[in-house]
Amino acid sequence: MKVVASAKKLAVPAILLVGCALSCSVSNSNLVDRYVELVVMYVGINFILTLSLNLVNGYMGEFSVGHAVFMAIGAYTSAIITVKVFSLSLGPWIFPLAVLTGGMASALAGLLVAIPSFKIRGDYLAIVTLAFNMIVKSIIENVDFLGGPRGYLGIAKLTSLVWVFFFSFMALWVIRNFVYSNYGRGVVSIREDETAAIIMGVDTKKVKIMTFMLSSFFAGVAGALYAHLLQFISPKSFDILKSTEILIMVYLGGIGSIAGSVLGASVYTVLLELLRPLGIWRMVIMPLVLVFLMIFRPKGITGLREFKWFIPSAEKKIKLFKHKV
Amino acid sequence: MRLGLSYLIQQFLNILQLGSLYALIAIGYTMVYGVLSLINFAHGDVFMLGAFIFFLAALWLKLPFIPALIVTVCVTVCVGVLIERLAYRPLRNAPKMSAVITALGVGVFLENFTLALSPYPQHIPEIVKNRAWVMGQVTVSSIQTIIIAISVTLMVILDFLVRKTRFGMALRAISWDISAVPLMGIPVNRIISQTFALGAALGGAAGVMYSLAYPVIDPYMGIMIGWKAFISAVVGGIGNVRGAMTGGFILGTVEIAVTMFLPSTYRDIVAFTLLFVLLIFRPHGIFGTARSVKL
Repeated sequence: MKVVASAKKLAVPAILLVGCALSCSVSNSNLVDRYVELVVMYVGINFILTLSLNLVNGYMGEFSVGHAVFMAIGAYTSAIITVKVFSLSLGPWIFPLAVLTGGMASALAGLLVAIPSFKIRGDYLAIVTLAFNMIVKSIIENVDFLGGPRGYLGIAKLTSLVWVFFFSFMALWVIRNFVYSNYGRGVVSIREDETAAIIMGVDTKKVKIMTFMLSSFFAGVAGALYAHLLQFISPKSFDILKSTEILIMVYLGGIGSIAGSVLGASVYTVLLELLRPLGIWRMVIMPLVLVFLMIFRPKGITGLREFKWFIPSAEKKIKLFKHKV
Repeated sequence: MRLGLSYLIQQFLNILQLGSLYALIAIGYTMVYGVLSLINFAHGDVFMLGAFIFFLAALWLKLPFIPALIVTVCVTVCVGVLIERLAYRPLRNAPKMSAVITALGVGVFLENFTLALSPYPQHIPEIVKNRAWVMGQVTVSSIQTIIIAISVTLMVILDFLVRKTRFGMALRAISWDISAVPLMGIPVNRIISQTFALGAALGGAAGVMYSLAYPVIDPYMGIMIGWKAFISAVVGGIGNVRGAMTGGFILGTVEIAVTMFLPSTYRDIVAFTLLFVLLIFRPHGIFGTARSVKL
């Protein structure tokens, strides 16, 4: 037993190390096609976005429809850091710092949604998040320092497969541990019945603040990675359509499930790439797929079920997530 | 800037024009929310379809204004009813989130479908001869007059429908308690279909009039206008038809006032900040009643 336990403790750093080494060697050698590598990076970024939105929409049962706004804040913050602040001395450690700062900036912005959520629920909270998305987008359009509607140019290509892997893994690890912690129980209890959760002694305000901030933090990280992969961001890349895309990935994969986020992000991203020959018609097919999915399989591909190895062994007997949503 | 009387009258006309367009679309949102408690995200795109169908009717069928308007309204009514029938009805008893996501999906589908057929913004030909009458320092254009006259007429008819007819009574009954209504022998499905039809008719008509006033149309135009109309509905108190009308004019006033004092790019910020603040302090809007949840 002891050997198994210590092996389990080593599993996380081991996977991280092996994964980083593997992705580093892949991007330095010519074994893998550049295009495939790019698609894999998009899958990683989309996975972070999907998982972070799943935390709010799937696990907590709130309805946030403006997730792209946190991506925008992370993207612009990190771009300012790498372009304006450290433009001359761009050491190798500046980039992860910039990404983390982007995440923190958008976590702070997450507070602006978390606080209204104490009073407002359901559809109205959806409108608040959407309004927030629109407000920030309009503000960026009106600030010349950020390039206004023309977008922000001159971002170096700093995102590599290693960093995408690293941050995806971090998101997976942190959110998985959060969901199965005591706070995670609080999060799920808010979804099931908020009043009952309060009566049971869950500090719903604290749980909501933590969840919203964690979710927007990782959305900001994804935005920073996205900005330094595409090397160009404009307010248009973070509008309602982008938010809708993230929602599609969450509900395609399955709400309240990490496995669902993995599947949703990969299936959606890869499918869109495979359908590229169809041109614009692929953007017609995707929403149709979503509508059919909602009608015939409303809980997504996995639907509240989870990969076995994500569930802590002590929890396997508890049927925590077998309730209505 | 001259803030004389004639300037204010001029701006007042602009407010009436913009506000009545918002109000017409807002009614569609508010009625559907009233009966199904569903934010019909696709409604803004029905408005967009209205503009495009009007464009086709004018360009291909070479119809004059009134027949083109009627054709457009008929087509958008069909689209609205079909959306309800195919996408929302199967989800009537599903979790509410699924229905809202479906509505989002339908909206994106309509946008991208139109985009696939018409990749470039289209110019509406001049169907109505735009004359301008100058009265003192105030200029009144014929398009402005048409928009205000048609919108006000439609709103009066709708208000009559909702308040005085059996259909309106059924509509209000459903929004009061959807589970008790079938027990009274009211055909719920038919009333809901009719609600969607009415909303889509007003949305389509608004699309036609919008494309008269702003003759460049593109597939994504429904998003912004739709959301503005939705703000109007929330400001007035969602579910309340008269509230939606008032909300439309309030939003029109705010937007015109912003463009009087600030660069026009600040319009959206102010509009959405208004919504944000209002939702935090008075989530049920001006005319809406707060409903407490029974445990």
